[in-house]
Amino acid sequence: MDAEYGLKALRVRSKMTDPRVSVIEGRLKKVNSILAVSSGKGGVGKSLIASTLSLALASKGYEVGLFDIDFTNPSTHIILNAEGISPTEENGIVPPKIHGLKYMSIIYYSDKRVSPLRGVDMSNALIELLAITRWGSIDFLVIDMPPGISDAILDLIRLVKKASFLMVTTSSKLAFETVRKLTSLLLELRVPVIGVIENMKMRESSFIQEQVKGMGLRFLGEIPFDYSLEEAIGDVDKLLKTLFAQKVEELAEKIIS
Amino acid sequence: MHEWALAEAVVSTVSQIAEREGLRRVTEVRLKVGELQQIEMEILRFALSELKRSSLLEDAEFIIETEKAELTCRVCGHKWFFKRIEIDENAAEAIHFIPEIAHAYIRCPRCGSPDFEVTRGRGVWLESIKGAKQDD
Repeated sequence: MDAEYGLKALRVRSKMTDPRVSVIEGRLKKVNSILAVSSGKGGVGKSLIASTLSLALASKGYEVGLFDIDFTNPSTHIILNAEGISPTEENGIVPPKIHGLKYMSIIYYSDKRVSPLRGVDMSNALIELLAITRWGSIDFLVIDMPPGISDAILDLIRLVKKASFLMVTTSSKLAFETVRKLTSLLLELRVPVIGVIENMKMRESSFIQEQVKGMGLRFLGEIPFDYSLEEAIGDVDKLLKTLFAQKVEELAEKIIS
Repeated sequence: MHEWALAEAVVSTVSQIAEREGLRRVTEVRLKVGELQQIEMEILRFALSELKRSSLLEDAEFIIETEKAELTCRVCGHKWFFKRIEIDENAAEAIHFIPEIAHAYIRCPRCGSPDFEVTRGRGVWLESIKGAKQDD
């Protein structure tokens, strides 16, 4: 930033400063806790865990927001069957409520169209939504993260200082390797990691648990592969009756304790 | 971006810069507004005039310049300007809130690719601030 000083007057050339970033902290001021559900790998169940965790927290009487920031492949709207709702405009945008959750997703704007976004576009879309969304006073904001160790993670670390990360892996060494890398980055940057969930467990093995503990992290628990889950996608009542949801509820207790 | 949220962001950013630079009051704020976001200027100006009250910007004049939205195809290199009348109402509204959603609705007129860059005129930018270091 350049400044031209006179005796009393000052002209600051702000070099095209982006004003959006300055309001993000204020928008999240009344959000008590931000949980970013993450993994280096796709397909490990982040969206189902983020959605079900949000519902579990809401059923315990908490005010909960769910923010899907997987902009190129959003899926929580399918899990929640979030059709026919849209945000309202009020000095910004206010997320609509569905199943007791304040719910925000790019699908309100992209509808069912493909949104092919490069990294810089994803960053801009995230900054835009963080700057205009008015979450109000809530206990938890659960963020469904896109997979990978890229723009979304870096932007969240940069812009949402109070976010804590909840890591999801499957029992596979391949999935865990990405979680290990992502977690080591978060720890290096002193970003809080709540713990690791082992999802879709199909056989007895203590491999993940040992690895997690070996990293000095909290192993939050395991969720067995639930064959009834696919049938419950889009039907929240059915979803909440699954074994998967029971397990997520147990995890919710651990997370808030 | 919604005009009120945008105005709030501008007032907040200018206040932060003014405080950092030791300004007692801000007299002029120059903004650049890209056409892609289709900001309603009247609403933006009204929101700024409301939000600047009781702040360092109370006496500030806002000079707002609009910039045409230029899109450049990464595949064939074609450059073109965004025109509001060429897209439907829903697409225009979606782009108003999240300009990147343009990639879901707009294709390169020459090769049909969605892989284009918004080279100019995307959002709202603060160009300069003028103010005084003492009350006078």
